[in-house]
Amino acid sequence: MTATALVPATRRRRHGKDWAFHIVMSVVTLLWVTPLVFVAAVAVRSFDDISFNGLGTLPHSFTLDAFSTAWNEGNIAGALGNSIIVTVATVVSVLFLASLAAFALSRYPVPYGRAILLVMLAGNLLPPQILLIPVSQICELLGIYDTLFALVVVQVGFGLGFFTFVLYGFMRSLPVEMFEAAKIDGAGDLRIYATIVMPLCRPALAALAALESTWVFNDLLWALTVLRTDTKFPITAALLNLQGGYTSQWNVVAAGALIAAIPTTIVFFAFQKHFVSGLLVGVSK
Amino acid sequence: MSVTHDLSRDRGAIREPDDRPPVGRRRRRLSRRVPPVVWLLLLIPFLVETGWVFYPAFNSFQLSFTKWNGVGVAQPVGLRNYTDMLSDPIFATALRNNVFWVVGFGGLSVVAGLGLALALNKPRRGIGIYRSAIYLPMVFSLAVTGLFWRVMYQPDGPVNVVLAAIGINTKEHQWLADPNTALGAILVAAIWRQAGYIMVLYLAGLKGCDPALEEAAAVDGANKWQRFRYIVMPQLKNVNTVIFAVTVIDSLRTFDIVWAMTRGGPYNTTQLLSTYMYQVGFTLVNLGYGSALAVVIFLLAIAFIITYLARATRED
Repeated sequence: MTATALVPATRRRRHGKDWAFHIVMSVVTLLWVTPLVFVAAVAVRSFDDISFNGLGTLPHSFTLDAFSTAWNEGNIAGALGNSIIVTVATVVSVLFLASLAAFALSRYPVPYGRAILLVMLAGNLLPPQILLIPVSQICELLGIYDTLFALVVVQVGFGLGFFTFVLYGFMRSLPVEMFEAAKIDGAGDLRIYATIVMPLCRPALAALAALESTWVFNDLLWALTVLRTDTKFPITAALLNLQGGYTSQWNVVAAGALIAAIPTTIVFFAFQKHFVSGLLVGVSK
Repeated sequence: MSVTHDLSRDRGAIREPDDRPPVGRRRRRLSRRVPPVVWLLLLIPFLVETGWVFYPAFNSFQLSFTKWNGVGVAQPVGLRNYTDMLSDPIFATALRNNVFWVVGFGGLSVVAGLGLALALNKPRRGIGIYRSAIYLPMVFSLAVTGLFWRVMYQPDGPVNVVLAAIGINTKEHQWLADPNTALGAILVAAIWRQAGYIMVLYLAGLKGCDPALEEAAAVDGANKWQRFRYIVMPQLKNVNTVIFAVTVIDSLRTFDIVWAMTRGGPYNTTQLLSTYMYQVGFTLVNLGYGSALAVVIFLLAIAFIITYLARATRED
């Protein structure tokens, strides 16, 4: 009797609370996406509209001219291509090399294996500033300064420690019986790596690939360190050039920034689960 | 560095007796020596990291005791670069700004991230949309974030328009050109991007909290604040440690967003150690002094790197 009387009361109260919650959170969320919406609104306005009505008003015009200006004259198209090449090459190489090291450390009694693992991880935690000057010197020395190859190599080297550490943890969690069975069947070490370990690591590799691709795509500092020529710049560095070249044309700058934001947004929404689980590495234990 | 090394050695020493197989199994263990090909698998990545990380880091230390412009031979100058720093007003500004940045960026993004995580912790309808909207900025590059907010901060831009609309007349204030507001303006942009990341970390931490404890406390009459302070917070201790270390390391690395928004200006008032180091090393090509600044950043970060390492390798 009392129970049935209580149910509507609590439900009503919870509904009331829900209401307040949604109002507050809607305001916060709107506030959060405001910069994005506003920049999008600027990007579709014409230059005349902005200079006549000011930046802080609602659009009085709609045109995609700013996008085509940024894309063609602002060299965003080429820069996006550079970014994609560098990102794909870096992600594939770093995950491949890290998986080799992680396989060796997690599956064999390597002497001082833990120390090696820790030192490799520590390398990734260093502030990049301490590497910049020598890295640019090394690139000059090797004759690869101002090439996309240099940008890939540097980022592979710097990322290795973190991914080795994460993959090591993952590979250790794989059941030992599988390896022993494969050994009894006569599979060699490389064979075990290629046909047993790597396929089992697919979920971890997917999460790390999603994470690393946004990191590499978003990098600015390494690009400024090893590249000099505008046409080789990835999109982040090209955006800063665009800003310098189109100083008062905010619609072009806004369009360029939006184009640069699209690829990572796609990766994020396509791999949201992977992405978040990648972020949580080392935290949730 | 040496502390890390000792730490891992200690762990190794403790582990080894456990790993030693019982006598009967020793033969099998011996057959599991590390084959040469496996050494090779380990060696290749390790050498890549040595060449592009360990050696350059070591080299920065060496260069920091020299004067060099990249051409010819580096002149050894002993500790001159470090003593020069003491009388360098821009270094003083950059250091002060970095302290402000660590406290402001760390403090505010943690408060915002924790608050949002607490609000969005319990599953309800529509919660996915709120979460996604808040952590979406995290996937934008800092360069993109910087440009977004440059547009926002223009004298005739929306920040001033909105402030005027709610009665605060800022008279087309130049947020990024005014030495008094520039760094704060950058900070807002950086927090906008970071809060979602901190929220994700705290959401994971809250997931690991035992709801029964909080219910028991509620039955005992603890109010919301008491439950948060004495029941939830202690359970978040590990997450807090990681977030603390990650945030400080990130703060000392911060470069892109300042570079995209002000390049350290106006009059070096938004200079952080990282941007100043870049300017000295690559714009002024004063490689010795630039390396010394990099070493200072490293020394400031090292304690937090060790904290993170110790945490990341525990219970493993």
